[in-house]
Amino acid sequence: MASTTDVLGRLRLPWLPRVWRKAPSQEQELKYYTASQFQLMWWKFRRHRLALIGAIILGIFLVIALIPEFLAPYDAFTRDAGYLYGPPQAVHILDANGKLTWPPFVYGQTFVMDPNTYQLAVQEDTSVEIPIQFLVEGDPYKLWGLFPSNIHLFGVEKGFLHLAGGDELGRDLFSRILFATRVSLSIGVIGLIISFLLGLIIGGVSGFAGGWVDNTIQRFIEFIRSIPTLPLWMVLAAALPKEWSPLLVYFTITLIIGLLGWTHLARRVRSKLLSLREDDYITAARIAGSSDSRIIFRHMLPSFLSYIIVDLSISFPYMILGETALSFIGLGLRPPVVSWGVLLQQAQNVRAIALYPWLFTPIIFVILAVLAFSFVGDGMRDAADPYSR
Amino acid sequence: MAKFILQRFLIMVVMLAALSIIVFVTIELPPGDFADRQAYRMKSMGVQVHEQDIIQMRHQLGLDRPLPERYLLWISNILLHGNFGISLSQHIPVTEVIGERIGFTALLAVAAIVFTYGLAIPIGIYSAVRQYSVGDYFFTFLGYLGMATPSFLLALVLLYISVMVFNSNVGGLFSPQFQEAPWSWDKFVDFLKHLWVPALVLAVAGTAFEIRTMRATMLDEKNKLYVTAARARGMSELQLLLKYPARVALNPIVATLGWELTAIIAGAPLVSFVLALPDTGPLFLTSLLDQDVYLSGAMLLLFSTLTIVGTFLSDIMLAILDPRVRHGERV
Repeated sequence: MASTTDVLGRLRLPWLPRVWRKAPSQEQELKYYTASQFQLMWWKFRRHRLALIGAIILGIFLVIALIPEFLAPYDAFTRDAGYLYGPPQAVHILDANGKLTWPPFVYGQTFVMDPNTYQLAVQEDTSVEIPIQFLVEGDPYKLWGLFPSNIHLFGVEKGFLHLAGGDELGRDLFSRILFATRVSLSIGVIGLIISFLLGLIIGGVSGFAGGWVDNTIQRFIEFIRSIPTLPLWMVLAAALPKEWSPLLVYFTITLIIGLLGWTHLARRVRSKLLSLREDDYITAARIAGSSDSRIIFRHMLPSFLSYIIVDLSISFPYMILGETALSFIGLGLRPPVVSWGVLLQQAQNVRAIALYPWLFTPIIFVILAVLAFSFVGDGMRDAADPYSR
Repeated sequence: MAKFILQRFLIMVVMLAALSIIVFVTIELPPGDFADRQAYRMKSMGVQVHEQDIIQMRHQLGLDRPLPERYLLWISNILLHGNFGISLSQHIPVTEVIGERIGFTALLAVAAIVFTYGLAIPIGIYSAVRQYSVGDYFFTFLGYLGMATPSFLLALVLLYISVMVFNSNVGGLFSPQFQEAPWSWDKFVDFLKHLWVPALVLAVAGTAFEIRTMRATMLDEKNKLYVTAARARGMSELQLLLKYPARVALNPIVATLGWELTAIIAGAPLVSFVLALPDTGPLFLTSLLDQDVYLSGAMLLLFSTLTIVGTFLSDIMLAILDPRVRHGERV
């Protein structure tokens, strides 16, 4: 435990930005003491390096989820019949003579038959350079169903560009991953909202009512937590009729995913409510004649909202992993909906692994998203209580 | 102690009863019943099926009775006769389909638990004692990665590495020559050689979590006065560590043993599916995809029973370890 004053007896302000820390002037001290709670939280969050990196990664994911139509070079369903199970193309910035070129380019690919195994193999055709162009016209799309366009951030005019290779139907895996990001993240977010509402309501009832209601709800939560929930949700997902439309399945799966995370949150809300109820400032507000709703919304909610946000960010990875797991084994989302889990379905077996390892690329996105959220969750947990050491 | 065990036992029985109701609901959930499916199957085989036959079959099997009665019939069949019904896709009793597979699943779960604690406890102690050392950072990093990677993806990655780099396959539980062989010492050794891969995969996430818990508690404990006092008396450092702070730090991680088991059992079906193990995992998934409700229901019941009984046992273990628990105090 470092003390809050240094050797000279000057105040040390642990959460001040690094640049200020050498000798906080009076002005800066004033700034610290008059800063709003959220400002303090932000300063503290910023000190957590990994959390900052995580937040940046999440920002990138968010952009991808918002405008995959523009960022992806192809539509999710455009088939390149000549590139079935084609490997990823390497992007070059040095041409054959070792000279730096701009824009970057990929080499054309030709298929050759392996004389021993009779299998088609792909070879780089270094005589054909396909330059990657920016803001290029390609597959038409309607951004958010509103703005028709055919401009893509990058792409090629002739030939093809498959940064992550092609799948069994010759669809561009890279584009599909970008589109899947939208679906996977949206499932996480909607599932989180469902969890949040359930946790808030059930935890709130439990904490407020007390007595036998509280007892029953707590036993129920204990029960839910002691059974392996993933198999249970798998059974529920399997009971969905096969003839349902992909959209209906999407919403049901989201609901099921939302059921994954609420127990943790309900417990948190309950325990916070119980401890806050006894706190002096609540008693003070009550004596001062505040109404119940004022106490709840003006005094209690702000003091535990940050904890709830932290819990939400921590349970987000479970939502993503739940969806990935369900879709991976074919019980979750169904094509033509693309999510990370749906994409990974193609990489289920050893054969796919040995022959088409690039079908694994979605794993990188899953792990990155989960890691980023864990880091941000950690950072927010530290920042949630900006006055603590 | 006897009172504590009895109390926990009663809770376990109530939970098992509640569980059986939930499982029964999932069995009843998909549209149509056993008789419909049987009729559909016979029709597809070209056998003439009359409406009368379906009604007759439904009556014979008791499917036309009200829901609570059907539940009682189903659960009494299981409890009294060990009869879980008939697999709709394989047309043999569910117990025959599951057979020795459930044993493999239980063994896998136990092996994973052993790995989890066998790795987490020493690594946690090491990380706390050598805080901020290279090893500590290494394990922290590994821990983050372990928690972020779902076990089935880890299994896929291992499979990928074993195929691409070592040109062998880590899947399965037996080498080909032992696949059909009767149990023998050699087969058992071969079995152990295969078992560690899925067990380790299942253990990773839990290990990562328990290392963090163990490390945090150890850090709290190792600077307390009783440790200083023992050190002042000239106790050797290793003996001191293991005898005092490590024992205290053991409590919170033993307390989560039940959850660990639950998480492992929950992740097991997917891992077994990816690694093609001959246990209940792949069976569970195919039964779900076929909507083979009696089979999937039976397995859901067995998985959950494993975790509930496991939680019961871990509660007792904790009570033995920590007297505060058995006297009903909140820790």
